Amino acid sequence: MRNEFAKTIFDIGKKNKDIYILVADISPAGKMFEFEKKFPDRYINVGVAEQSMIGMGAGLAMTGKRPFLYTISTFALYRPFEMVRVDLCYQNIPVCLVGMGAGTIYANLGATHLTQEDISVARSIPNMQVLAPSDPLELRNCIKFCSKESNKPTYLRIGKSGEQTYNFKESEKWKFGKIRKLVNGTDICILSFGPIIKKAFEVKEILKKKKISTEIYSCHTLKPFDKERIKKIFKKFKKIIIIEDHSEIGGLASIVKSLAYEFKFTGILKCFSLKDKFFSCYSNQDDLLKKHGISTKDIIKSI
Amino acid sequence: MMKNIYTKNNTLTKESKIRCNYFRKKILAISQTVPALHIGGAFSSIEIIDVVYNILKNKKDKFILSKGHAGILLYVVLNYLKIITNTQLKNYCKKKGSLGVHPDYKTPGVEASTGSLGHGLSIAAGLAYPDKKKTLYVLMSDGEMHEGSIWEAALLISSKKINNIIVIVDYNGLQSSTWAKDTHPSLNPIHKKFQSFGWDSVLCNGHDVADILKKLKKKKNKPFALIAKTIKGYPISFMKNNPIWHYRSPNKIELKRSLKELEKYEK
Repeated sequence: MRNEFAKTIFDIGKKNKDIYILVADISPAGKMFEFEKKFPDRYINVGVAEQSMIGMGAGLAMTGKRPFLYTISTFALYRPFEMVRVDLCYQNIPVCLVGMGAGTIYANLGATHLTQEDISVARSIPNMQVLAPSDPLELRNCIKFCSKESNKPTYLRIGKSGEQTYNFKESEKWKFGKIRKLVNGTDICILSFGPIIKKAFEVKEILKKKKISTEIYSCHTLKPFDKERIKKIFKKFKKIIIIEDHSEIGGLASIVKSLAYEFKFTGILKCFSLKDKFFSCYSNQDDLLKKHGISTKDIIKSI
Repeated sequence: MMKNIYTKNNTLTKESKIRCNYFRKKILAISQTVPALHIGGAFSSIEIIDVVYNILKNKKDKFILSKGHAGILLYVVLNYLKIITNTQLKNYCKKKGSLGVHPDYKTPGVEASTGSLGHGLSIAAGLAYPDKKKTLYVLMSDGEMHEGSIWEAALLISSKKINNIIVIVDYNGLQSSTWAKDTHPSLNPIHKKFQSFGWDSVLCNGHDVADILKKLKKKKNKPFALIAKTIKGYPISFMKNNPIWHYRSPNKIELKRSLKELEKYEK
């Protein structure tokens, strides 16, 4: 997703002179390097100084520019939190705050580099929009949206590298604020967002062998949330599985559970979210997710 | 009163003194309609803000009140410039009003929502960066210098050569609770801190308009920080350097005394 971000922002930035990139000590690889070389005035490395990155981004947006503020998610949202809240959200200005390597992606770096609760935190700030694309294609759409149509601050939560795109004939088009169906199914439904959606497709393949048909949805916009679509999904399915690389507090599972009450859903909801705990596991992301009870095996077992 | 303010025959300094007295009286009048306002920190910034708005600033330039707790002073000045209406000012901190203690981005003439200290300078960096022809004035307090974000921004501004920024520090020496030098004696001398961060910086008398202007002329091709020595509550004798006037409205007797002192001061 890093590469997709750099490529898309370079493409958009070529035509739109209002696009600025502010990074906090992130090495400009690939197309990002080209952006820096080609538009040195619109590429600003603020250094290891996230508070000033947010403030400066706010100032740029207040002159009509379209800044993207980019760093590892924990340093994008948590470190300068009050600047995000006041400069971006209270003032309600269209700045895109990009949190890269979100969730448990940086498992081997430890808890200092994880964002288990970023969606919960970002969602709770008035005016903030929260986007978490599931693949590079969705990310491209998110960037396009933030570079033009969006008129509010956005927290754009992205993965890191190696993500696959899940786009099929039956896949719906990406639309801001709308849940997107990726593949059709009839028996159970999986709701997910972000790169962890990969597990939904792994589960689908296993269930296929058991003759269970799975429908998969990407809930890429966490705020504002597509309530109407969930209502329809509640009507269609008796069993819904949620997979998310985010805390059980304030993420997709929380949202859907509260809507289940509102819409009087009587089926079964199985939620695979991160536990409200600081687990450590430095081998890889999958091993850390297992500690949180999130694995293909665990999901299959629950069905 | 307003006629006096527009007197053209007086010198720059004399005119400013009349305006500043008008602002102080206006703030005193408003203080009688609300339970509390930051009178001390507003009075210490008056000559600085008058110089910026009524002498230096052109249309393109922008001003950020990073020490947002002096919001009442900004409103009074914006009202004087007819950017904020009399009705708006009358409804300051009232149920049907739109003006609160701290400046709000939605208010005409207010460039940024401040009140939480340490935000204004980074925002100014973003406002100043794309158009180097405009000047960004940022008024901060010396207590605000304790915020780490100020030094992030100071570093960023000089490193990226955002030279069209002028910071004025209202160096009144008092925080809300105590003397700033008791909390952080190492902060002084502030101008040397700015210099070591790649800025030009000098000291001045923050209540002497001629001195403020003279020192601001020293700005060359670097971001510039003017450390304006001021007195909290100036020039009211019983308010000067008294921490209780950080956040207090005078009672009727104190108001009478203040107005009397201001009459004398103007002469």
